[in-house]
Amino acid sequence: MIDFEYIRATDLASAVGAGAAASTRFVAGGTNLIDLMKLDVERPSHVIDINDLARRDPSLAAISELPDGGIRVGGLARMRDVAWDARVRERYPVVSQSLLLAASGQLRNMATIGGNVLQRTRCPYFRDTAMPCNKREPGSGCSAIHGINRTEAVLGTSERCIATYPGDLAVALVALGATVHVHSPNGQERALPIANLHVVPGAHPEVETVLRPGELITAIDLPALAAARRSLYLKVRDRASYAFALASAAVAVELDGRNIRDARVGLGGIATKPWRSREAERLLVGKQATEQTFRAAADAALAAARPQRDNAFKVTLAKRTLIRALTEVTA
Amino acid sequence: MTMYRKPKPPRRASLGQPLDRVDGRLKVTGGARYAAEFAVPNVAHAVIVTSTIARGRVKSMDTSAAEKVPGVIRVFTPFSAPRLPGAPKPGPHPPSQNAGAAQGGGPQGRQRQGQGGQGPAARGALSMRVPTVLQDDGVRYNGQPIGLVVADTFEHAREAAYLVRVRYEYETAVIDWSTAALNKPEDVHPLGGERTVTRGDVAKGLAGAAVTVDHTYITPLENHNPMEVHSTLAQWEGDSLTLYESTQGITSVRNTVARHFGLTPDKVRVVAYFTGGGFGSKGGPWSHETLAAMAAREVERPVKLVLTRRQMFGPVGGRPRTEQRVTLGATSDGTLTAIRHHSKSTTSTIEDWVEPATSQTRMLYECPNVETQYDLVRVNVGTPTFMRAPGESTGTFALESAMDELAYALKMDPVALRLKNYAEKDPESGKPWSSKSLRECYASAATRFGWSRRTPEPRSMRDGRWLIGYGMATATYPARRAPAGAVARMMPNGTAWVRAGTQEIGCGTYTSMSQIAADALGIAPAHVRFELGSTDMPENPASTGSVTAASTGSAVHDVAVALRQKLVQLAISDPQSPLHGAIESDVRVVDGRLTAGGLLGKSDTFAALIVRNGDQPVEVTVASRPGADAQQYSMHSFGAVFTEVRVDPDLAIVRVPRIVTAHAVGRILNAKTARSQIVGGVVWGVGMALEEETLIDPRTGRYVNADLAEYHVPVNADIGTINTAFIEEPDEHVSTVGAKGVGEIGITGVAASIANAVYHATGKRVRELPIRLERLL
Repeated sequence: MIDFEYIRATDLASAVGAGAAASTRFVAGGTNLIDLMKLDVERPSHVIDINDLARRDPSLAAISELPDGGIRVGGLARMRDVAWDARVRERYPVVSQSLLLAASGQLRNMATIGGNVLQRTRCPYFRDTAMPCNKREPGSGCSAIHGINRTEAVLGTSERCIATYPGDLAVALVALGATVHVHSPNGQERALPIANLHVVPGAHPEVETVLRPGELITAIDLPALAAARRSLYLKVRDRASYAFALASAAVAVELDGRNIRDARVGLGGIATKPWRSREAERLLVGKQATEQTFRAAADAALAAARPQRDNAFKVTLAKRTLIRALTEVTA
Repeated sequence: MTMYRKPKPPRRASLGQPLDRVDGRLKVTGGARYAAEFAVPNVAHAVIVTSTIARGRVKSMDTSAAEKVPGVIRVFTPFSAPRLPGAPKPGPHPPSQNAGAAQGGGPQGRQRQGQGGQGPAARGALSMRVPTVLQDDGVRYNGQPIGLVVADTFEHAREAAYLVRVRYEYETAVIDWSTAALNKPEDVHPLGGERTVTRGDVAKGLAGAAVTVDHTYITPLENHNPMEVHSTLAQWEGDSLTLYESTQGITSVRNTVARHFGLTPDKVRVVAYFTGGGFGSKGGPWSHETLAAMAAREVERPVKLVLTRRQMFGPVGGRPRTEQRVTLGATSDGTLTAIRHHSKSTTSTIEDWVEPATSQTRMLYECPNVETQYDLVRVNVGTPTFMRAPGESTGTFALESAMDELAYALKMDPVALRLKNYAEKDPESGKPWSSKSLRECYASAATRFGWSRRTPEPRSMRDGRWLIGYGMATATYPARRAPAGAVARMMPNGTAWVRAGTQEIGCGTYTSMSQIAADALGIAPAHVRFELGSTDMPENPASTGSVTAASTGSAVHDVAVALRQKLVQLAISDPQSPLHGAIESDVRVVDGRLTAGGLLGKSDTFAALIVRNGDQPVEVTVASRPGADAQQYSMHSFGAVFTEVRVDPDLAIVRVPRIVTAHAVGRILNAKTARSQIVGGVVWGVGMALEEETLIDPRTGRYVNADLAEYHVPVNADIGTINTAFIEEPDEHVSTVGAKGVGEIGITGVAASIANAVYHATGKRVRELPIRLERLL
C-alpha cells in the first residue's frame, strides 16, 4: 500500500469536485478498495471518504418511497439496511435475497449500495500484480484465457478479458430495470438504467462502467413493478455461504393463472457484467409456466456462451439454475 | 495402636473432565500474546519479496525505488544478504522432466529419515529442512523468498517490497505433475518406511480373488492456512538471539536457526506461548525465522516479520498432490486376498518430501498379500510438508473409497466387509495391539447414526428433491510417544508451578497438562500453573503427529508424581509435621491436604510444608521416555466415521447435514478439548472432501487462489451436526497417562466417508478431490 492522501468530504459538491482529479478514489465501506490497495492493485494518490456526506444529507443513506410505488435506495445505504428493510423484503424479495446471499454479515454491515454495484472482479489474475492483466494494465495481456479459468465468465467476454462481474445485487437490479442516479463534478445530476452502467470488456477491459471521473452514485431507484413481488434470487456456489456465485439467477415473474404475463431474468457469476437476458424473457412472456418453457428460456439465455477450458460446466449449471429459479418462483 | 487402613487410590478428580480452557479468558479478551504481538522497543518491520517466476535465476534486483520509500532501512537481496555459515544449500534437484528419463537425483547428502516414523525421526527431518534465505540467486518456485525489505513500519516495508524490480534468467519450469517423469526410485525416502513394502504375494492373491477393484484416486495440492500467519520477532543481545515465534516446534526452530548462524543452541532462545494454529505448517522452521534474525543482526534493531496470506502458499509447506492406485482382491465372502497401494506424490525441487499415504494400508486390514510403494515427482512448487494427519488423511481417502467400491462389487455391507477383515493383531509386524477398540467404534457410530436404515442401492434414498446418501469409513492414526521433560515446583502458597517446553497450538495443552499435574499431585487444577513455550524449559517434542498428550503428558505426570513423593517424604520425616513418622504409602493427598491412614484426624498441607521449609519451594525435574512397550506392541488409534449427504440432483449441490463418529484414542484427558479436536478434524475433512484445492497456473507456477476468499475452507453454514463419541481404553503401553493422542485422527476417513455417501446418493463415484459440483453435474 502506497502512502496516499486521505480527504474527508463534507458535502457532495466538494466530494465530486475532488473526485474528478486523477488517481483519486471514493471510499465508503472500504470493503473492496482497501483490499485492492493492500494488494497493490489499486494505487490511488487521493482517497476521498464520503461517509460523512450522509450526515449533511441523510437521503444519501436513506431508503424511501417513490411517488409511483417504487423505492429509492441511497448510495450510502449499507447492504444490511437494504436487505432487512421490510418494504424491500415485501416488494422486492430478489433484492433482499441477493444482498443476504452476498459477502458476510460483517461485510454487509460496512459495504454500501453504491460501492457494491461497482465491486471489481475477483479474477485471480486481476488481483495479482505479478501476472499480466488487460484490465489492470491495458495491453499487458489476459492471463485467464489460457490460465486457470474455472470462475471466469462465459457471456460478454472478449479476446482481451473474460473476468466475471462478481456481485449479486446488480444482477437483481438489471433484472428489475433499476435506475441509477449519478452526481457529476459539474453539479449535474443524471439518471441511467442500471443495465447501461456496466460495460462489457470489448477492446477496453480497463473501462468497466460509463461513470466519468468524479461521478458518484447517489441513489438507485427500484421501479414499481408487479413482477417484483414474485421474485427470487438463486445463487449456486462452492460452499453454503461466503463465496461468489458460480452461477446465479435473479428472476421476477407476473403470472395470470399459469400464464406468464411479465418476466425478468438476470444472470450472475457467468458474465462480464450484470447480465440481463432479454432473450430468455421473450421466450417466457405470454407462455405457460412449464418446465418446457423454462428450458427453452434457459437455452436461449446461454446460447451465446463461450466457455473456456475450465468453466464449460457453467453453461449447464447456469441453465439449470435459471430453470430452478423459474420453477420455484412460479410454484 | 492405631488402626491400619489401606489408602484409597487417589481419586481422578480432574482428568477426563470437560474442564474449560484455562487460557480461554486470555484468548477471548486478547490477553494471549502471539508472536507478532510482543512489544519490543525500537522494532523494525520486515516484508519478504517473493519471486514471480517458477524456475531460473535472479539476474539483478533494482532496489533504488524501494530504498527511496520513507522509513526504509535496508533491502536485502541474494546479492547483498550476508552469507550464513550454516545455512544448507538448496538443491539443485532438477525438476522431473516432462518427457524421457528422469534426470539425476541431486545431492546424495540428503538425510535419510529414521525408521518407524516416530516423533523424533520427524523432528530430525524438520531440523534438516532446506530454507531459502537469500544465499544464492536460484529460483525454484513461484513465490519463493528472494528479498527482504526492512522499514520503520509495516506499511513502508510493504510499499517498498512492491517497488523492488527483479530481472530473471528464465528456465523452463515443470508444473504439470501428471506428465512429469518420476524421480529415481533410490531418491524416494518416505518418513518411517521403505519405498516398497511387501508381504506375501499380491499377484497370487489377486489371481485367487473372486472380485477385484482397481482404481486411481487423486487428492489435490492443499495449503494449511492457520488463522495466524507465520510470524517471527527477532531480537539480538550481543551474540544471543531471542525469537518470538509462531511455531509448533520451538526446539527445532532453535536448533536450525542456531546452526544457520554458526551458534551453539544455547545462544538462541525461542518463545511461543501461543500459536494460532499450525496444522503441520509450523511443525518446524522455514525461511522467515532466519531471514528475520539475519535482518535484525544487520540493522541492529529487533525485526518483526509477518508473512502475508499469499506467502502462506508456497514458502511454508502444504499437502502435496497424490495419485494413488489401489487394487483390492477378495473372495466372494469378502475375505481380502490382496491389497496393492501405490502412491505418487509431488515434491519441490528444493527437497524431497514424501506424503506417507500408504502407511495405514499395511496395518488396517488382515490380508496375507500386501504391497505398498511410493513414487515422487519433483515440480517447481514450494516444498510440501506435514498437514493434518499427513499420509493417513490422503491415504484413507484412497483405501477407504476402494473398500467401499469392493463392498459394492461384492454386494456386501461396507461395515460387514471391514469386520470380515478385522485385524486382531498388527498384520504387518505380527505384534499385538497395545489396545484396539475399532469394533466398538463401528458399533457405536453405526447405531447412533442409524446405519440400519440404509438401503444399499445408489439413488435409493430421497427426501423430496434431495438425494440422500449414507457412507462410512475407518479412521486411524499411529499412537506415538517421544522423550519429554518437565520441571515442577511446589510454592509456599500451596500452588504448583509446572513447566515443559511444549507448545499450545490450540489443542488445549495448557488445560490438559494442568489436569494431569493436579491429579498426580492431589491438588485442584486451578492450583496448578502450567507454563510452556520457551526453549529454556525442559525439552519436549514438536506439537506434531499427536505426540503431545502421550509425551508431554507422561513427563508432566511423572514430574508431578515425583514432586508429590518428595513432599510426602518431607512431611513424614519432618518432626514438626503432624504426619511425622507415617508410612509413605499410607499418605493420601486431596486438595493439597495430606492425611495418613494410620494417623486419623491428623493432617498437613503442601503450603504448610513449604513454609516450614523456610519458604523454599521444593522442585523436581524429570526426563521421561518411552519404555520397552513400544517394541512389544503395535500402537494405533482407530475410529469410524458415518456421514449423511444430501445432493441436489440438478444443481449438484452437496450438503453434509450430519456426521457421526466414534474414536478410540486411549484415555481422554479432557472431554471438551478432545471433542474439539475431533470436531476440528471432521470439519477439515468436509473441506478436504468438497472444497479445498490450491490452484497453480499451469504456465507460470503462480499460486492462483492464494487468499481465503478463493481458497475455500468450510464456513459454519457448511457444517451440520457433528456427533462424536469416544470409546475409552486407557492405554498405559503408549503412555503413563494412558492417552494415545487425538489431534490428527479426526480428519482421517472423513473424505472417504463423504465420497462414499455421495456415491450412495448419486451413483457417481468421484475419485478426485475435491468433489466440486462440476464433477457431479
